[in-house]
Amino acid sequence: MNNRSDDTNNTDHSTNGSHTEKAPLALLAELTHRCPFQCPYCSNPLELETAKNELTTEEWMKVIKEAGKMGIHQIHFSGGEPSVRTDLEDLVKCSSDSGLYSNLITAGYPINEERLKKLAELGLEHVQVSFDDVEEKNADYIGGLKGGHQKKLQVAKWVRAVDLPLTINAVMHRQNIEHLEEMIEMAQKLGARRLEVAQVQYYGWALKNRAAFIPTPAQLDKATEIVESARKRLKGILVIDYVIPDYYAKRPKVCMGGWGLRFLNINPKGLVLPCHAAESIPSLTFDSVKEHSLEWIWKNSEAFKAFRGTDWMPEPCRSCDQKEIDWGGCRCQAFALTGDAKNTDPACELSPLHEKIFGMAAEEAKKEPPEFIYRKIGKEFNSPF
Amino acid sequence: MKDRILISEESVPKFSSHVKLEFNKQREQWVVLAPEKLMVPDETSVAILKFCDGKSTIRSIIDKLTAQYKAKREVISRDVTGLIQDLADKGFMVTVNEGQD
Repeated sequence: MNNRSDDTNNTDHSTNGSHTEKAPLALLAELTHRCPFQCPYCSNPLELETAKNELTTEEWMKVIKEAGKMGIHQIHFSGGEPSVRTDLEDLVKCSSDSGLYSNLITAGYPINEERLKKLAELGLEHVQVSFDDVEEKNADYIGGLKGGHQKKLQVAKWVRAVDLPLTINAVMHRQNIEHLEEMIEMAQKLGARRLEVAQVQYYGWALKNRAAFIPTPAQLDKATEIVESARKRLKGILVIDYVIPDYYAKRPKVCMGGWGLRFLNINPKGLVLPCHAAESIPSLTFDSVKEHSLEWIWKNSEAFKAFRGTDWMPEPCRSCDQKEIDWGGCRCQAFALTGDAKNTDPACELSPLHEKIFGMAAEEAKKEPPEFIYRKIGKEFNSPF
Repeated sequence: MKDRILISEESVPKFSSHVKLEFNKQREQWVVLAPEKLMVPDETSVAILKFCDGKSTIRSIIDKLTAQYKAKREVISRDVTGLIQDLADKGFMVTVNEGQD
């Protein structure tokens, strides 16, 4: 799926935590890991599910109805590329029938105008399309699909043509960050109301390609400047959400609004995860919607209990006054970079490993970027063309 | 490219298409559902938002709330205009005759 800024972090939570224990606010439905694009920043796990292991239409519909009954507000259809599922229409209809506000997160292919029109009629509320660059050649190189950029442009236009609100997700890194200004222009021209400027986050496959993506601190400062000035200039016209890479942050991001507090993710084969990268933590076991109700899993699944709240926290999190604000940051990143998921997220400057990891990333950013490592299900290779 | 919507007492606000004010029965609370956003408005905001029906001017909304809450008009006016301007800037509100979503 797109390595996007988690919409999860964009939710205004003016409520206290008590309600969210009862049920999550939103459900991320990863319908499939199949995708015609091969973005080297893919945040899906290293091991992808094949089509034959995916939940059936009926299984998804059962889950969606349960989600509505639990009081979950929103459903985000994601992947992989969710539009490769031919039953997307049924699932969108089921969502609106169940009182869920639905959002399609697409890379832009193989969805077409006719399907978008149908989806809008069936109650789809919003579409997010990801972009890799403004320059076709570079965009197609990054996304690993020839003609991919044109398809994305076309889809964005169709979204507006059927009067659905559009968010552009601009995945930024050292190989396109110089075009940020033009990306902002493109989003306006396409009629987007919202733009996510999402610096690549290094989970799943993306971590393999970190050296090819990580920007220098100077590039990042420039990007921040561009975003800040555009926000002023475009106030009331284009909303820009901005996510900097964790590596250059002082405090960790509020990952998923706190582990097991506000969101859940269902992967293509039906495992329920506290976040889409949670399977990278080997000590966790997950429950399946094929065996339990969604509500049972939310309340009882060991994977959710593991890092919910603050009881699991070691120092320096335990005595930190930010612990109920950032909830200790990202568990998957803590595991990937320190080997222990309970450690403080090294994105936090209070982590004893922060300096070391920051230094490592800054060193990588100084060198020539290596070739991307692309993937297809089951194999690695260097160039798609 | 369209311009920023500026809210005045003459404005007639309504939610953009695809933005909904809803009462969630399971949670017993009001929520504003918007593209990739979810807001839980406080009591004052809910009172304001319920009047945003695409027919009432900001002026009449302020008048109604002033009567209802027995507060100073200028205080209520600041709350109402501030909230609606903020939501318009986020793209969640439009004004009738001043451009659509």
